[in-house]
Amino acid sequence: MEKTKADIIKVTNLVKRFNGFTAVDNISFSVKKSEIFAFLGPNGAGKTTTIRILTTLLKQTDGSAFVNGYDVSKDKNNVRKSLGIVFQDPSLDDDLTAYENMEFHGILYSVQSNIRKPRIEQLLRFVGLWERKDDLVKKYSGGMKRRLEIARSLIHHPKIMFLDEPTIGLDPQTRKNIWDYLKKLNKKEGMTIFFTTHYIEEAEKVADTVAIIDNGSIIQHGTPLKLKKETRSSSLEDAFLKLTGRSIREEEGSRLENMRLRRRVWR
Amino acid sequence: MLNAIYVLWIRQLKKYFRSRARMLSSLGQPLLFLVAFWFGFGPIYQKAGGGNYLDFLVPGIIAMSILFTAVFTGMEVIWDRQFGFLKETMVAPVPRLGIFIGRILGGATVSLMQGVIIFIIALFIGFRPESISLLPLAFIFMFLIGLLFTAFGTAIASVLDDMHAFPVITNFLIMPLFFLSGALFPLDGLPGSIALISYFNPLSYCVDGLRATLVMTSHFGIIADLFWPIASIALISSIGAYLFSRIQV
Repeated sequence: MEKTKADIIKVTNLVKRFNGFTAVDNISFSVKKSEIFAFLGPNGAGKTTTIRILTTLLKQTDGSAFVNGYDVSKDKNNVRKSLGIVFQDPSLDDDLTAYENMEFHGILYSVQSNIRKPRIEQLLRFVGLWERKDDLVKKYSGGMKRRLEIARSLIHHPKIMFLDEPTIGLDPQTRKNIWDYLKKLNKKEGMTIFFTTHYIEEAEKVADTVAIIDNGSIIQHGTPLKLKKETRSSSLEDAFLKLTGRSIREEEGSRLENMRLRRRVWR
Repeated sequence: MLNAIYVLWIRQLKKYFRSRARMLSSLGQPLLFLVAFWFGFGPIYQKAGGGNYLDFLVPGIIAMSILFTAVFTGMEVIWDRQFGFLKETMVAPVPRLGIFIGRILGGATVSLMQGVIIFIIALFIGFRPESISLLPLAFIFMFLIGLLFTAFGTAIASVLDDMHAFPVITNFLIMPLFFLSGALFPLDGLPGSIALISYFNPLSYCVDGLRATLVMTSHFGIIADLFWPIASIALISSIGAYLFSRIQV
């Protein structure tokens, strides 16, 4: 049955180079509809770059990517309509209240007011921020901002949810809460979830499929069970370490970071 | 498209009414200029046969407050980029042109309000507009200055990545534009090359238009005063919209 499901994300020979540095090196993979897909890799492996291409923020150097049947470089608007995104770094307006952040998002995504209002209330109650909905976001803690961003990205009921390290800096209670809710949406609405994380045990618990990327290339792809079997590991974390090695990727990571920083200064 | 324009516009207004401190601090500089130049040059201007300097100065100071508010509001793109909100708008399924238009309409509205506040303060210190019926046209000129320079600020901010260039922009672009616009002193007696620059400066026509509508004196004539700022808005907004649409966040 699973085999017949359509690919909702299809990436073919995707390449992204920054000034000669190859961040994403000819990767191909696909994600099936209603799947929870974990994209794992050490720092600087190319995860965020891939996500930025798939979410239309960055143009690829070569290759193609289709999201929900639309080409990410040509049919941007339709791609954007299909996506909910939680970025690695915050993207809220600190000078607005939580409610205004939610409402503006709803308007930008053309969610009608009679649907928008109850949905915002429901989502804010769910993440436990309804009582503080009229506080300016700058008064929020890091965890509260994260919860608000996740709630915000769900207002327009996206077909595909992109989460770039969504649970970073959250306590176990909140993490569990958020994953329970996301899994519920995944079951009930068939929402596809594409996420990255450094908590490998989190990926092992929730993901149907895992892809491991390192140095811009995908080195393994399959169910957590398959990955564990192939590497003869007891946990996905072990499998991850066997596949990517134990050396710390400070150099790889910082090389790309430095280059990005330099671009930032000079552009 | 309309939803994007609305969101970005109303956001600017909400932020404006929320930060009274910013509203007051951005009134400080124009008021200081108003008082200092009025007391300092008023008597000389009168002796030289120029008439009432306050009448001459107030339109210039109104233009100044709008100019600075507009450029800084336009350059808020840089803040939004640093704090991440720009990304939220850039991945939304709306045309970037809509985001750009919303931003400059918001900035122009906020700047217009700063100009109106200066106008009201000027009424208290003895400034009297010549004709009440021309006031709506004066407000249109104020709005045009707001549009022009919010678009200008947004265009610049679209190619900058951080705030370090901010003082450079202020000192080498905005200040010269302001001083060479005839806001503080008449353009009549300027040496040739400087006069030429003022003739290419759209702000000169905006200031002149404000004077034409508030105190009924004009250097260029009201048709030119309307035409050149509108033409500049069309040009700068097109460049700005293009640069803004190319931002990668």
